[in-house]
Amino acid sequence: MSWFLDNVDYVRELFVRHAWISVVSTLIGFALALPVGWYANRHPRLGGVSVTGFGVLYTIPSIALFILLPGILGTGFLSVTNVIIALSVYAAAVMVRTASDAFGSVSPAVLDAATAAGFSTSQRVFRVELPLAGPVLLAGLRVVSVSTVSMLSVASLIGVSNLGSLFTDGFRRDFLTEIVIGIIGIVVLAVVLDLLLNLAGRLLMPWASAQRTAVRPGAASKIAVKARGA
Amino acid sequence: MIEYRSIGKTFADGTEAVGDFSLVLPSRTTTVLVGSSGCGKTTLLRMVNRMVDPTRGQVLIDDVDIATRNRVELRRSIGYVMQHAGLLPHRKVIDNVATVLRLNGVDRKEARDRSYAVLETVGLDASLATKYPGQLSGGQQQRVGVARGLVSDPNILLMDEPFGAVDPIVREELQAELLRLQRELDKTIVFVTHDIDEAFLLGDQVVILKKGGKVAQVGSPADILAKPADDFVRSFVGLDRGHRTLHVEDRDGVRVVVDGTGKATGVLEA
Repeated sequence: MSWFLDNVDYVRELFVRHAWISVVSTLIGFALALPVGWYANRHPRLGGVSVTGFGVLYTIPSIALFILLPGILGTGFLSVTNVIIALSVYAAAVMVRTASDAFGSVSPAVLDAATAAGFSTSQRVFRVELPLAGPVLLAGLRVVSVSTVSMLSVASLIGVSNLGSLFTDGFRRDFLTEIVIGIIGIVVLAVVLDLLLNLAGRLLMPWASAQRTAVRPGAASKIAVKARGA
Repeated sequence: MIEYRSIGKTFADGTEAVGDFSLVLPSRTTTVLVGSSGCGKTTLLRMVNRMVDPTRGQVLIDDVDIATRNRVELRRSIGYVMQHAGLLPHRKVIDNVATVLRLNGVDRKEARDRSYAVLETVGLDASLATKYPGQLSGGQQQRVGVARGLVSDPNILLMDEPFGAVDPIVREELQAELLRLQRELDKTIVFVTHDIDEAFLLGDQVVILKKGGKVAQVGSPADILAKPADDFVRSFVGLDRGHRTLHVEDRDGVRVVVDGTGKATGVLEA
């Protein structure tokens, strides 16, 4: 505990760094995945190939990608850019399939009605498909956010500092407290980001929760009627 | 006036939905396309707002070939009501209705005012306006669907089995409501259904379709009942099953109407 109090500024610095690298990578991955997922849903044959292709990216070991990227991109070995790019690729790899499913979850009847009402194609994509894909997209984003926060700690092995640096340092010095604080920091960050995403979902998609509360009593009474009938 | 001129539709996979279809739908009347599933009635309906383009022939609205018109603009000028209402689940009731006006460039305030007015026209309480569609009953959703179709005051209203998914009592209510609205509003309505009773109730002109969009008979309900074109029509409208073949029996001076199955259905007044 005293170590933590002595190093609170250092831990805070790592926490902030860990937070912004994860958030930026998650958002870039999300932004990449949206159009690919949309396309994959629209054109299943070619789209299926691209979804699988992105999925395969996820099988590249992260440490390998962290080390290979500087050679491919010509960036410095210690540059944070490598890590952000690698994490964005992983985020996109997971998110593409979810995004494709999310767009697939939008009711064709609703899209049909929007077309009939006179939405142009782009108006329909941005005002109907995207918001209605929202709940599934959010579910995917929450998974990706957590996995990105956890995967980033590996980057401390190649000298890009973050909360994972507390593990590597703790292992080297055989100092358990530092490792535990690293773990707590990462868990706290993952939980906070998850709560923020959940909150954003509620604010941006009030209709999704309104619908759930509306459906439940009806569904329950239907079951009750059936039970009575039987 | 809507006119189909030698319309044909073959889909990309080779199925022929409509062979050769011609018909004139007079303005300010209700034309009902009725037939079993697969007769091409919905395909024909969707050709009016270019949701489907015919492979052969032309559709004309007021003598203008709609193939020459921008499809998005065309759709914004035509009301469309579909089965299950097709409301946008992420927009409140009032915004669902106002959407069509907003797409047409009407400003926010006016769109809201007109939407509230049309909700009242279709018999919906203003307190429902701020709810989401998922919070409404099926019948209420369908009324919102009708409100959305009417809000921009289009000349033409397309209705694709709009009352097919609600229970019989609500359906009767909605049918009565539509008849009342049509008396007030005088739209050119194209209505698709597979229910011959609904067709006879709502239609000024009824078009009975066979497979492939072949017209079995066109006429007013009375014409069709009086002179069914063939056995298919006779059977389709139920003339072979008794409940439409009525006769009068005398019971102590009162003329009682009895159907072909022997059931008394009413009395004949002088």
